[in-house]
Amino acid sequence: MLEARKRLVKACLIWSAVATAVAVPFIAATLSPLLAWREPVYIVACLAGAVGLGLMLFQPLLIGGALPGFSPYKARGVHRWIGALLVAAVVVHVAGLWITSPPDVIDALLFRSPTPFAAWGVIAMWAIFAVAIMVALRQRLGLRPRAWRIAHTLLAAVIVIGTAVHSVLIEGTMETVSKVALCALVVAATLKVIVDKRVWQSRARRAEQRQTD
Amino acid sequence: MTHVLLNRRDLLAAGGALLALGASGHHLPASAQGLAPTPSMRGGSNNYRPDAPIVERIGGGGFWMSGTVRRAGDGAPLQGQRIQIWAHTTEGHERDPHSHGATLTDENGRFRLEMPQIVPAFGQAHGHLAYDSGEFETVFLRPLMASAKDTSLEAHFVLTPV
Repeated sequence: MLEARKRLVKACLIWSAVATAVAVPFIAATLSPLLAWREPVYIVACLAGAVGLGLMLFQPLLIGGALPGFSPYKARGVHRWIGALLVAAVVVHVAGLWITSPPDVIDALLFRSPTPFAAWGVIAMWAIFAVAIMVALRQRLGLRPRAWRIAHTLLAAVIVIGTAVHSVLIEGTMETVSKVALCALVVAATLKVIVDKRVWQSRARRAEQRQTD
Repeated sequence: MTHVLLNRRDLLAAGGALLALGASGHHLPASAQGLAPTPSMRGGSNNYRPDAPIVERIGGGGFWMSGTVRRAGDGAPLQGQRIQIWAHTTEGHERDPHSHGATLTDENGRFRLEMPQIVPAFGQAHGHLAYDSGEFETVFLRPLMASAKDTSLEAHFVLTPV
């Protein structure tokens, strides 16, 4: 009984911490003074970026088993859905910016933008699309589990680092402190899961390692 | 991005300038120790609208865009040069026609135009300026503000004859 209550308290604490880490930067972004001088399409594009960054925090937490209430199997399913939402957020972000100022987005996509953060965002975008394509073609690609895992992890690392640098360098709608904190959490969570899961090892070796740990 | 948009006035001005300079203008040796021309900046021409009207100020004002225009080589100040200015401000997007305006340089090659406060757009607080009148090579600038709270911004042109 006491155990169950402890678990419940722990679950509540974890979920409220995660919800705060994601909700505070988003709410702060909606309160940005810059929004007063932006058209609705531009505002939606900006907030889609903030949503994408927030969604990104759930991905390593789900796979690392850090979120209470999900079995590993269920967590994978939710991870996939959030991945799909992430693709949608990126599409809305880029499309909204394109409508707002086509030449700036074309420059970014062609890696000739004057803004240093643009290239990081574009690289992260292509990595997100690459993951989505890999997931869609998983059966047909016929990759072995270890190859799949390493490829997915490498792309995830590119996505997380690209997104974090992109976000931190932008002077945009997100409030600086909450934005940097969220980026740090996403990077830290991703790193922890990669290390904890020993992604680079074969399944047998990882199982062996777990027993000795 | 290059804009090959010439109106009759530009053509006449450019033609007149060519006649006045003769062929010699073209063959002035570029002196190594002379003032080098300003290159266009990346993204400088984004959301450019040719032929922005010469205005007293853009919108309600409150922010100052200023700078100088000089000739490459000898650095002589260039008077009466038309500088076009636009930015994302508290009164409109870069693409909005009312965000665009132009001004002329004085006898010291200086220009100064009041405009609404520039606000960060696409991740940076920046302005756009263009020299695109035909007599000299076209130059597009995209200066950055050190802080989004700044109420002025400078940009300097060194132009090379066409």
